Amino acid sequence: MGMGIRKAIYIPFSQGTPNIYTIDKEHCPKLIKDKCGLCEKICPTGAINYQQKEQEVQLEVGAIVVAVGFDSFLPRSLTNLGFGRYKDVVTSLQYERLSSASGPTGGHLVRPSNGEEAKRIAFIHCVGSRDVKNREFCSSVCCMYATKEAVIAKSHNKEIDTTVFFMDMRSFGKEFDQYILRAKKDYGVRYIRSKVSSVSQSNTSDRLTLRYSTEEGPPEEEEFDLVVLAGGLHRQTGSSEIAELLGIELNRYGFCSTIPFDSVETGKAGIFVCGAFQEPKDIPETVTQSSAAAARVSALLRPPRCKPAEEGAYPPEIDITKQPPRIGVFVCRCGTNIGDFVNVPEVVEYARSLPYVVYAEENLYSCSQDAQERIKDKIQENKLNRVVVASCTPRTHQPLFQETLRQAGLNKYLFEMANIREQCSWVHMSQPEEATQKAKDLTRMAVARAQILQPLVEVPAEIIPKGLVIGGGLAGTTAALSLAEQGYKAYLVEKEAELGGNFRRLKFSLPLDDDPQKYLQSLIEKVESNDLVEVYTEAEIKEVAGFIGNFQTTVLHKGKEVKLDHGAIIVATGGVELKPPEYLYGKDERVVTGQEFEELLARDDGRIGESRAIAIILCVGSREKERPYCSRICCLHALKTALKLRRGYPDLQVFIIYKDIITYGFKEEYYRRAREEGVIFLRYDDDHKPSLLKEGDRLKLTHRVQALGGEEIVLYPDMIILNAAIIPRDNSSLAKMLKVPLTGDGFFLEAHMKLRPVEFATDGVFLCGLAHSPKSAEESITQAHAAASRAVSLLSQTTIEAPAVIAEVDEERCRACGKCVEVCEYSAPELVDVGEGRKAARINPLLCKGCGACPVLCPSSAITLRHFTSGQIISMIDAALKVAT
Amino acid sequence: MKNRVLVIGGGIGGIQASLDLAEKGIPVCLLERSPSIGGRMAQLDKTFPTNDCSI
Repeated sequence: MGMGIRKAIYIPFSQGTPNIYTIDKEHCPKLIKDKCGLCEKICPTGAINYQQKEQEVQLEVGAIVVAVGFDSFLPRSLTNLGFGRYKDVVTSLQYERLSSASGPTGGHLVRPSNGEEAKRIAFIHCVGSRDVKNREFCSSVCCMYATKEAVIAKSHNKEIDTTVFFMDMRSFGKEFDQYILRAKKDYGVRYIRSKVSSVSQSNTSDRLTLRYSTEEGPPEEEEFDLVVLAGGLHRQTGSSEIAELLGIELNRYGFCSTIPFDSVETGKAGIFVCGAFQEPKDIPETVTQSSAAAARVSALLRPPRCKPAEEGAYPPEIDITKQPPRIGVFVCRCGTNIGDFVNVPEVVEYARSLPYVVYAEENLYSCSQDAQERIKDKIQENKLNRVVVASCTPRTHQPLFQETLRQAGLNKYLFEMANIREQCSWVHMSQPEEATQKAKDLTRMAVARAQILQPLVEVPAEIIPKGLVIGGGLAGTTAALSLAEQGYKAYLVEKEAELGGNFRRLKFSLPLDDDPQKYLQSLIEKVESNDLVEVYTEAEIKEVAGFIGNFQTTVLHKGKEVKLDHGAIIVATGGVELKPPEYLYGKDERVVTGQEFEELLARDDGRIGESRAIAIILCVGSREKERPYCSRICCLHALKTALKLRRGYPDLQVFIIYKDIITYGFKEEYYRRAREEGVIFLRYDDDHKPSLLKEGDRLKLTHRVQALGGEEIVLYPDMIILNAAIIPRDNSSLAKMLKVPLTGDGFFLEAHMKLRPVEFATDGVFLCGLAHSPKSAEESITQAHAAASRAVSLLSQTTIEAPAVIAEVDEERCRACGKCVEVCEYSAPELVDVGEGRKAARINPLLCKGCGACPVLCPSSAITLRHFTSGQIISMIDAALKVAT
Repeated sequence: MKNRVLVIGGGIGGIQASLDLAEKGIPVCLLERSPSIGGRMAQLDKTFPTNDCSI
């Protein structure tokens, strides 16, 4: 990226896979002028081959997935912002490398011009995006990543001043608004709603002068050390060639076109698209869309179910039962995440001093592919029989390390993890010494437990190749159909009498020619004609038992109990529109919600024709203290309504009263169209919400105009539309049944916000639609396909290894008191005859979830939880009480 | 019909699509023009809103 000096033979970046050297064709003297050739002579493995030529390979395939991504916008054409002229004006991707531990400055935020620390940093939004002349669309991710970059600067050094210059704050994703709030409150990031006109440098100072104007006053100027341009996501170079080659259509911005309500279907049979090549988007939407594309391919090719993994997939397991413990400790720097706050070499040195530790080292990223190879090598070299990784959370990374152990011939239960990131470096950023001490303590505890870890055997259990979908709205119905189209039986449970949910009330869409009801009708017809979908309407879930691959669910269907066996669950319980407690809603019938108005508009209700002015108020109940999240679709809903009104009733005045207009991606063009078609936009902020009163018979709407120095204007609209928040249903009892978590806002919380967006941490349970977070119909459909894809990845296996972390009873010690039977929420223990007239508890391994409730309660200490035995827990407590030196 | 799929692009999107397909037993050819897979995401330091590392 032109930020540092790199040799002609180099590793592109440390997190690429494979993590190996490559030759820079344009700079290698051997390749350009046949000189040098040193690397070939010196390479001990003979890996250098200058004669390697490009080859043409022919592949015959049944389907193609296009995921060619985007190019980042290089703001050379925007000469006013100084990119290319001043070294201290950098793009956001260059800044990413500046702040990364594996980047050219080792993670130090310095000014490229002179290497001095940057003390004042400005972030400029919408560089190369939302530009009506050239690139009209919104790049969707810049608002959030710029805030992240400002937060990173602040966590490097609290003293750094960070200022974000933005137009609209488009924090429309899950938990995004809370992130912005934290950036403001906890980190002190400053936000200025403005347009930046220029970045320049005077002769007298080496700092950069930023000139900007806000809504209120004359242009202002401020000086900064470093200016970061939040550049947009642009068409991939070569996208036209790819499109031509594949015979797919591009839209006017050079991104891949797709068909209505379907974000992965290119329109050409057998070719699907995913990721930013379809529309600028964030990582979770990309991951979701990729899974959705895979679902479509799988429906097309219908592969047979996979056979159980063949023997030889892993090396034979080493018998360690008679060996003394030999522990290897790997301490991760996690780039700057741990390494900047915890003295990692000191922790490694300390680990070496611990009993039975025969090897210890640090890694820049213990989770990278080359680190897995290292861990395997070290296991073999040092004959390790236990491994401790001190890094992040086992939630996300334990399976990876366990897999590495298996590949090295160790049982995966001989692994232990110390969380020195979430539980240490992240929470003690300002106390590096204490953080280092705590990292040592956590490592010592992990090593203590590792000494007495025992191998466990996982018994394979059959997978029932059927899925249960809870909720028959748009997402659930789509998910059920996707399962069926991929060849798997789907039970679809809906509490209403008809399928469709909220989507039944959607009468129009953008573009206005798309007909949601026609789409729904065809979807329902497909479901009804597919023998693999079994629909239960007026039904609800009563009880869920079992585990991944083997669930038994009791459904209450029209008063009767039905028992269903299935291998996977997809949660699609949807959401509802808030009934607002403000703006005279429910007190005056001229005030309606967005969903209600859509129905009035669809039947050309007389009241609309009689109106002279209608006002739409946005963010009603959203992005407020009580509900600090964006409901994502209300802005677009308002634009849709406004455009429809302007077309159907040309004499009607339409006002949109908003906080930020959030039209991400290509939806930006509807914002422009609404302005062009005469819709009037009025902005308010949290401190000055519009007020609505009754004045005689009229509705009086008072609005404070920021641009007029806070002057108030008064409107008398004939109708008011409140685009109210999307709120979750009461998910608490279902969450408890499925043992899955909810967010603070009451939506379901997925396993990982970026990389596992449609699955829960509880195995075998998946998620889609409004139950996950507010989203558009098209996004719900994509997510439903994605959830079905993840579910089919499971259902397509014939067996699964049943969890080995379960409770077991020592029948000799058991006095059959029955306490375990009472406490278990999964009905796993029961009292059985064990001969000689004696009874004892026995635990059904298929039902036990390893929660640990029964061993704690057992008065005769007859129950042990495998992998979390009392001995193992006590060893950690003992270790915790010792003080590290 | 051939039971094999071509995935063009080895960024996070292409990788996830390939994994999803391979898990279902569908053979995948993953095509990437640069020497390593990982794409843009592998260049990021952290991700919002959890500040998790990007791998």
